[in-house]
Amino acid sequence: MSNTRRDFIKITSLSAAGLVFGGHYVHSAMQSKRLALGGDAGPSRTPTYCEVCFWQCAGWVYKNEDGKIQKITGNNDDQNCNGRLCPRGTGGVGMYYDEDRLKTPLMRVKGADGKQTFKEVSWDEAFDFIAEKMQKIKEEHGAECTALFTHGSGGKYWGDMLKAFGSNNIAAPSYSQCRGPREVAFIATYGEGLNSPEPLDIRDTRCLVLIGSHLGENMHNGQVQEMSDAIDNGASIITVDPRYSTAASKSKFWLPIKPATDIALLLSWIREIINNDWYDKAYVEKYTYGFDELKNYVQPFTPEWAYGITTLKPHHIRESAREMANAAPSVIVHPGRHVTWYGDDTQRLRAVAILNALLGSWGRRGGYYIPDKLSLPDYPHPEFPQPKRTWRDVTNGKYKLADLALASGVCDATIPSPDMDCNIKGWIVNGTNLIMTLPDQQKTIDAINNLELLVVVDTMPMEITGYADVVLPECTYLERWDDLRVAPGRNPSIALRMPAAEPKYNSKPAYWMAKEVAKRLGLGEYFAWETFEEKLDWQLKQVGSSLEEMKRIGVKNLPREYGNLFYAENEEVDFYTNTGKIELYSTALEAEGFDPFPVYTPHMEPPEGYYHLNYGRAPMHTFSRTANNPNLTDLMDENAVWVNPKVAKEWGLQNGQPVYLQNQDGVVSEFPVKVRVTERIRFDSVYIVHGFGHADKKLSRAYGKGASDSQLITRVLMDPIMGGTGMRGNFVTFLFEKESEVQS
Amino acid sequence: MRYAMAIDTKKCVGCSDCVVACQTENNVPIGYCRDWVVEITDGTYPQLEIEIRSERCNHCENSPCVRCCPTGASHYEDGGIVTVTHNKCIGCGACIVSCPYDARYSHPEGYVDKCTFCLHRIKKGQQPACVEVCPTKCMYFGDLDDPNSDVSKMLKKRKYKTLIPEAGTKPHVYYLI
Repeated sequence: MSNTRRDFIKITSLSAAGLVFGGHYVHSAMQSKRLALGGDAGPSRTPTYCEVCFWQCAGWVYKNEDGKIQKITGNNDDQNCNGRLCPRGTGGVGMYYDEDRLKTPLMRVKGADGKQTFKEVSWDEAFDFIAEKMQKIKEEHGAECTALFTHGSGGKYWGDMLKAFGSNNIAAPSYSQCRGPREVAFIATYGEGLNSPEPLDIRDTRCLVLIGSHLGENMHNGQVQEMSDAIDNGASIITVDPRYSTAASKSKFWLPIKPATDIALLLSWIREIINNDWYDKAYVEKYTYGFDELKNYVQPFTPEWAYGITTLKPHHIRESAREMANAAPSVIVHPGRHVTWYGDDTQRLRAVAILNALLGSWGRRGGYYIPDKLSLPDYPHPEFPQPKRTWRDVTNGKYKLADLALASGVCDATIPSPDMDCNIKGWIVNGTNLIMTLPDQQKTIDAINNLELLVVVDTMPMEITGYADVVLPECTYLERWDDLRVAPGRNPSIALRMPAAEPKYNSKPAYWMAKEVAKRLGLGEYFAWETFEEKLDWQLKQVGSSLEEMKRIGVKNLPREYGNLFYAENEEVDFYTNTGKIELYSTALEAEGFDPFPVYTPHMEPPEGYYHLNYGRAPMHTFSRTANNPNLTDLMDENAVWVNPKVAKEWGLQNGQPVYLQNQDGVVSEFPVKVRVTERIRFDSVYIVHGFGHADKKLSRAYGKGASDSQLITRVLMDPIMGGTGMRGNFVTFLFEKESEVQS
Repeated sequence: MRYAMAIDTKKCVGCSDCVVACQTENNVPIGYCRDWVVEITDGTYPQLEIEIRSERCNHCENSPCVRCCPTGASHYEDGGIVTVTHNKCIGCGACIVSCPYDARYSHPEGYVDKCTFCLHRIKKGQQPACVEVCPTKCMYFGDLDDPNSDVSKMLKKRKYKTLIPEAGTKPHVYYLI
């Protein structure tokens, strides 16, 4: 174990280059440049789709008269953004200009003094090393012992390379650390998941119910736009959140629920809607399974019962249930996105799914629409070999209902254990900062220390790059071709991304890297295209378009192939569940030994002097990845810890005062965070925006700014149904100074 | 012709997209801005209200900044848009002090800069960059003298206010409340 132990390396060899380019950047930003004549319709625009978050809005990149990238605007024909990018998309230029970017391939070397450093290497050296290590792992342990963690466009190419190699251990933290429980819950209920973007007809809804979802702060562009349309149309919003979120301030009802008690509220709402005959009788009778059992089951869950648990007044529970029922079926009980909270998340989302079914909102205008998606053929390649062991084997038969690989499961399978027959030995990490993304940082680092190969592909030096054997600098989305965006939506659509500028420094696109590694592994036939343009043009021609056309229009919307957007009255629908119905009573969960109805279980309470650690998003940042973007850091460069004034008074905390946060396991935040005293948070909770508190000094704007919630999430509440990692069972208290500082 | 803007505080989520779109459209250096977001919380838990609004130069009809400019750099353009001719500006900062809205800043290249309602875009028949980008579509721009303009229609339909009306500046940015 010791021979593979990785010291965290700070990328210092690049500082000189960084300074040079930094100066250049400031110069260009300060020059007053006008756009080239011809304006927005001129020839200087290049189509792209955004990579700052997963919404992937399509837009146009404009250059100034010097040929430098100046701005990015939305594509009017794009359903994801309707011509309007969010602040992150508009600020995407900062990703390109960030002088702290990774600039050239790096390899870990050990000096004579035993000190590990990064050495700049050529692309050939980097690829030869990776291919050699992968072959060694394949020979000694099996091909499936190399895994991919991915977020973003590059994942497809690395995934294809890995599948050709013989492994399908391809995991995205966006599943088991984010939306996985929601997918499983909706598959259990309706026979299908929600995917991204979620098929919510928010613009036509009459009532939007947000449970812990803070739309407007999480800037899921199309949904924020439609929430605004709904406000214009006079729709009511009900927000359930321990914090007075921006969405709460737009709401008719704000229900400041006690954290971790959402299932109690949901069960009580279900009871109210059933017992008052407010449910959609015809819909429930025609489409659902298990109504009578549900009715019996929820009888004990009166609003008075829920009051004792949630602290929400019974009349507020009744009135808000009534509000939903009055709007039905044009009502959306929003499924949320980051839903891995308390370990019973699949069951909580089941309650959400059941509530929607009772209100008849699935398949109805103003509720959930039926999405359509283009099926785009792959460029011809030989069939992928069957892997000897699949990602299901690494979780050892647990979490059978998971429909995608678990990032946390693959991470766990990297730590040797007697009951595993496969230990992962190699990781390729594409565009995801696992140190900040996976809960329990120490466990991630332990796993890394058992690796024989860790390749990190990113545009920025992130915490994870410090642990890499090889760092591959990817060019930003503004400098590369990528696969076509094929997103589900009201209509099938495709969007093109093409380079608006040459890659800066010695950075390269991921498709090229994956192809080069594949060639060295003798798998070149899986990447048979000569140029990426050739591949895209071939694919586009299969669906009646061409690269030439897409360069001109950027986005193409196609007619629907799968019938109507909503169910017709009395339409016969066969749901992909065991019973062919919407399963209020889940036969699939029952068959696996889980409760067929959601059960409320009390969760741990914070000890005295500790507070629930709640975290969320700011509209101008995506996870931890934008924290160094010059344009976005300019809008918000650190987080603050939100504290109720009563709590602040008890502790003597002042607005703006820096404090350290210490969690229930004694972990203290690496950096202090400023206090924000505000009435907008319950007295039993604190709140911080995720993605700050970066510990890598190479992030010159982000280093040491604020606190990292990820660092403080050491208690993980596993979802027994699908392996999601609940992260909201952590409590923090305030420290005025760090103990290490006191001692030193 | 009197250009004006109406901003719906009921829809604004304070995302600051208007700020970054203005920066990239108008080459505003990082660290400076021509528009910004204000968020005001009122009340005590759990009876709360927030007003969120995007602020900028109010393009006042009675502008103290134009009156006090010693060189005539600050002036009215057609439609009442207040702008600064950069090469006439000596950077004395009198206008910065005179503005009750703190809407002007000293550009590192030595002149005073501020919102122009994206005059260069308006001339091409486009909307200001902030209006065009806003994901909540909370901003309306147009001519107060045209009863069919977006801004006239919104002011007819909704309650509104202006900022610091007691300063007597007759601002042309209205907030729908």
